[in-house]
Formats: sequence, C-alpha cells, structure tokens
Amino acid sequence: MQYLSYRKTFWLVLRYELLMACRHYAELFNPVLFFAIVITLFPLGVSPAPEILHRMAPGIVWIAILLSSLLALDKLFRNDWLDGSLDQLLITTQPLLLLILAKLFAHWLLSSLPLILLSALLADFLQVSTAAIGVLLVSLLLGTPLLILIGAIGRALTLRLRNSGLLMILIVLPFYVPILIFGTGAVIAAEQGLPATGQLAWLAALLVLALPLAPWATATALRIEI
Amino acid sequence: MATLQQFLAMGGYAFYVWTAYGVAAALLIINVVTAVVHDKQIKRRLQKQMARLKP
Amino acid sequence: MWLWFHKLASPKNFYQIANKIIPWTAIICLLLFGYGLIGGLLLAPPDYQQGDAFRIIYIHVPSAFLSMMVYICMAIAAAVHLIWRIKLADIIIAASAPLGAGFTFLALLTGSLWGKPMWGTWWVWDARLTSELILLFLYLGVMALRSAIPLQESAGRASAILLVVGIINIPIIHYSVYWWNTLHQGDTLTLTGPSLIAPGMLHPLLAMMAAFICYYVTVMLMRTRTQILQREKKSQWVQELLSN
Repeated sequence: MQYLSYRKTFWLVLRYELLMACRHYAELFNPVLFFAIVITLFPLGVSPAPEILHRMAPGIVWIAILLSSLLALDKLFRNDWLDGSLDQLLITTQPLLLLILAKLFAHWLLSSLPLILLSALLADFLQVSTAAIGVLLVSLLLGTPLLILIGAIGRALTLRLRNSGLLMILIVLPFYVPILIFGTGAVIAAEQGLPATGQLAWLAALLVLALPLAPWATATALRIEI
Repeated sequence: MATLQQFLAMGGYAFYVWTAYGVAAALLIINVVTAVVHDKQIKRRLQKQMARLKP
Repeated sequence: MWLWFHKLASPKNFYQIANKIIPWTAIICLLLFGYGLIGGLLLAPPDYQQGDAFRIIYIHVPSAFLSMMVYICMAIAAAVHLIWRIKLADIIIAASAPLGAGFTFLALLTGSLWGKPMWGTWWVWDARLTSELILLFLYLGVMALRSAIPLQESAGRASAILLVVGIINIPIIHYSVYWWNTLHQGDTLTLTGPSLIAPGMLHPLLAMMAAFICYYVTVMLMRTRTQILQREKKSQWVQELLSN
C-alpha cells in the first residue's frame, strides 16, 4: 500500500476540491455576487452621504462578509455527504483533521479570498479612509478563516438534517459576534488614527486557538450518526 | 410601606415592578406544574404499556 | 472515588438519591423565597435614586446569575457525557435547558422592565443585556439542535459538542461585548445599580439568589427523575417501581 505523507494528503485533497469547484465555476460567483449586492444595498437603504457611509463602512463590509460566509457555508461538506464520499473520508486511514483542514482551506480560497479582494476595491466606494484599508484587509485575512473554522462546526452538527439552514445560522451566530466586534473594532480604531493592534491580536489569538480545536470538534461532529 | 395601597403602587413604578414579579412567578410556577404533570403522565403511560405487555 | 462517581451515575441510584433530596431542596427553596420576598418587597427601604423600581433587582440579578450557572452546569455535564459516555449527564442537560432558557428570558425581560423607568427605553445595548441576549441564542441553539436530530443518542452527542464549544466561547463573547460597549459608551447609558451596602437590601438579594439556585436544583432533579423512568423503562427496577 502506498504511503502518503501529510503534505501529500493535504495537497491531494486541496487539489481535488479546487478541481471540483472549477468544474462548476458558475457557483463560485454566488458569494461574490451576494457580497456585492449587500454592499450596494446599504447606501441605497440608509444614505449615500459620505460622512454616514464613512462611519458605517467597517460594519457594512464585515456584515456583508459574515452573511456571505453563512451563505457559502451551506455548501461545505454537502456534496460529499450526498454522494457518499464523506463516509469514505471518515473511515480512511489518513487523519480526519488533516482532511478537514484541507477542505476548509480550499473553501476559504474559493469563497473568502475573492471577497477580501473585492473588499479592497469596494472599500473606497464606502468611504473607508486609505489609512484604514490596510487594517480592514488584515482583519479580514484573520477573521474569514475564523468564520469558516467555526462555521464548519455548525455545518457538521447540522449536516444530515433536512432544512438545516436556519438552525446552522442560529448555532453559529453567537460565535460570530466576537469576531464581528473585533474585526469592525480594528477598522474603526484605524479610522480614528488609533492603533488597531489590540483587536487584531485578539483575532490572531482566536485563529491560533481555532486552527487545531475547530477541526477536531468538526471531526467529532461529522462522526455522529443520524 | 404604610398601607397596602402604597405597597401596590410601588412609588409609581407599579407596572414595571409587578409585571416583573408576575412574569417571574408565572414562569417559576409553570415550570414546577409542568414537571409534576409530565411526571404523572409518564408514569401512567408506562404503567399502561406494562399492563399491555403482561401475559 | 471513581466507584462513588459511577455509582452516582447509575440511573437507579440517582433516582433514589433524587427522591431523597427533592423534598429538602423544595422546602429550603420556599423558605428562602419567603425571606427574600418579604425582605425585598416589604422591609428594604426604597432606593434614594431609583425609588421602588430597584426592587426588580431581586428578580433580575438572580435570574441572570442562574442563566450563567445553568449553562456552566450543562457544559460540565456535556463534557462528562462526551468523555465518559454517561447517559445521566445527557438527561441532566435535557432537564436543564428549558430552565436555563427561561432564566435568560426572565433576566432580559426584567432588565427591560428595569431599564424603561431608569433609562427611558425598553432596550439599551448595554454590555450585560447584549451578552444575555447572545446567551439566549446559545440556549435556543442547543434546544433546537436537540429537537432537530431524530436519534436520541446522536442528539445528545451533538448538543454536548455544541455546549463544550459554547462554554469556551462564553468568556470571549463577554469580553468582546464589554469592550464593544465601553468603546461606544458615549451613546448609551451604563447600568448604575443601587448602592447595596445597606444589609437590608443585600440580604434579601442573597436569599433570592439562593432561592433560585434551590429552585433550579429541585425542578431539574424532578425532570431528571421523570426522564430516567422514561429511558430505563425496560429495566427491572422501573417495572417493579411502576407496578406498585
């Protein structure tokens, strides 16, 4: 039997996920489109006045990212479960944590990274000051993996249930609140010229905590039989 | 706390204080009553099941 | 020590222990409620700032405290359930969840009722109230997850995982909401509690807290008792018990 190193396993799963996504590349636009729509709706619904947008911008970007993440989360593990390959992953000799990390990384590349790039572009439309855009991007780079890591736990717990969308959101929402608070707090501090290191450090610390623990909880949750 | 009237009026805050205490009392009592009623229900149902299974 | 632990975890033993404890905790609970209510509603003088409205504290603080305490109990039971696969822990979680959610709701409601005369609005994005609201969502999530999963054993494991992850997040949630609230303190008023130095005000509060704790223990044990009968209905001791 051929022995697969961890690195090779990770890369194989990652490549598989990216390949599968490219086969249905139309689906990749969904989170991007949703994100753009939400960002557009805020000025339309509230006010296009620059001062007001300037104050709301960090929140708008972060909330749009949050909602898009929830939307994209629905697809995580779903196709694998439906066609049976999830069961294969659960019984394979490769460590499940590694497989999950590879899947989540692929998910982040496909759903969050385009949004972060789009935020860089759209931030100016929302009157985010140039000083704060850097902090915004860093907060998103730290925060979006957190959203996916924690979302994966909620996804795994509700995977095999019918109509589980709202339940998953209800479960995951309390955990998204601190991430939202620290993310927007960092950008707001940068807007005011204050150092955002505190909030970013919190996000980084939570990310370091979540990287090993969240996949472990996800693996435990995936193993529960329904 | 001179008279019953004063007690019920709660210095003008009667609505707030008594709604709070009222809802609290209702919640606590309902929980206890539900627990007792449910217990009797379960016992009755299990006894019926046992009687049916007896030869 | 483990022997005692496993003996306690046996449903039959726990049932008998619960039977013995419940009458006592019920009586203590009633006495404490009596002392607390009389002291809080009648004997304590009105606050010089808030008048008689401060008396809501005797409901608000105990229910907020209990909402946290019950969640912590549930999380400990969840860890026990996951590590040692003790079914009784799952039963305790099922019995405690509605009680905890009820306390959280009560804390929010009494917080609003206290806030309206004090701050003029029904809801303020005060750090405590916002944290309490998030806690309510945590409770509802656990209860919704339990009821959504059809297989009882799986529902127990899933909600246990959620509870353990949740308990790790509660300090994070609390810290972030407090920090967020102090950041925006210019927009909202902070909760200034009445001065509790006077023992006439403090003692009834302590009594009410203890009363609520006893209440939780009593009702939780009552519901656990019933669930034990349900889940162990095939065992001999239950059948003997019921045939009397």
